[in-house]
Amino acid sequence: MKITQNSTDTTLTLLLDGELDASSSVLLDNELSKPEILRYQKILVDCRQLNYISSAGLGVFISHLQTFQDANVKLIFFNMQEKVHNVFEILGLDSLMTIVPSLAEAEAA
Amino acid sequence: MKQALRISCTRRNLKVVRDFVSEFLTGYGLSEVLINQIVLAVDEVVANLIIHGNGEDESKHLDVRVDVKNHEFGIELEDTNRTSYSPGSYQEPDLQEYVRIGKKGGVGMMLVNRIMDRVEFTTHNSHNICRLYKHLA
Repeated sequence: MKITQNSTDTTLTLLLDGELDASSSVLLDNELSKPEILRYQKILVDCRQLNYISSAGLGVFISHLQTFQDANVKLIFFNMQEKVHNVFEILGLDSLMTIVPSLAEAEAA
Repeated sequence: MKQALRISCTRRNLKVVRDFVSEFLTGYGLSEVLINQIVLAVDEVVANLIIHGNGEDESKHLDVRVDVKNHEFGIELEDTNRTSYSPGSYQEPDLQEYVRIGKKGGVGMMLVNRIMDRVEFTTHNSHNICRLYKHLA
């Protein structure tokens, strides 16, 4: 798993590259646990190169979602592959989290 | 055609098992989504066996056997740990509550139970076997 970050004053974009499983999810958790992340208005998660996610990866997002909401930070996923989106759907997480098709929609959300 | 794999109990081998199952399923004409679902269910149980069942002890091993019979995929996961991992009293979690309290784990078996048709845990003479089955439509 490789995580590439890009930021503006208001938005942090995370490009996830690889497979997010019980071995690699700690990397993502470390990034999302940094206190300074709460100064952004939006965290955009670019999933185009995210080839796999397990419960460990989902758990990282689940565990930070409330903190982000309390701090008025929007967490938005985009460019998600069908097989990865399906995993969110199986648990109903697609109704608890914001998942949009494209960067343009993520920026407008 | 039956195939088998033996791994040591380290998280680094999660991908080894995923690739093994994925390659086995290639050639059955399944969709990418269905292959990913089966691989995911296997990965969740293997992660539990490695981390919770065997404490990530690399001197311990896990045997993986896969097969397709009568259009049904079956996988056996066997270890020899004295304390067997068996979510017998498992209840589906409330995900909204998990979000509220910021809970990090606990949805793996929810995925397994929702994806697979049958999930069985048995223990016999200190051999723990988990069997997962999925009909291949």
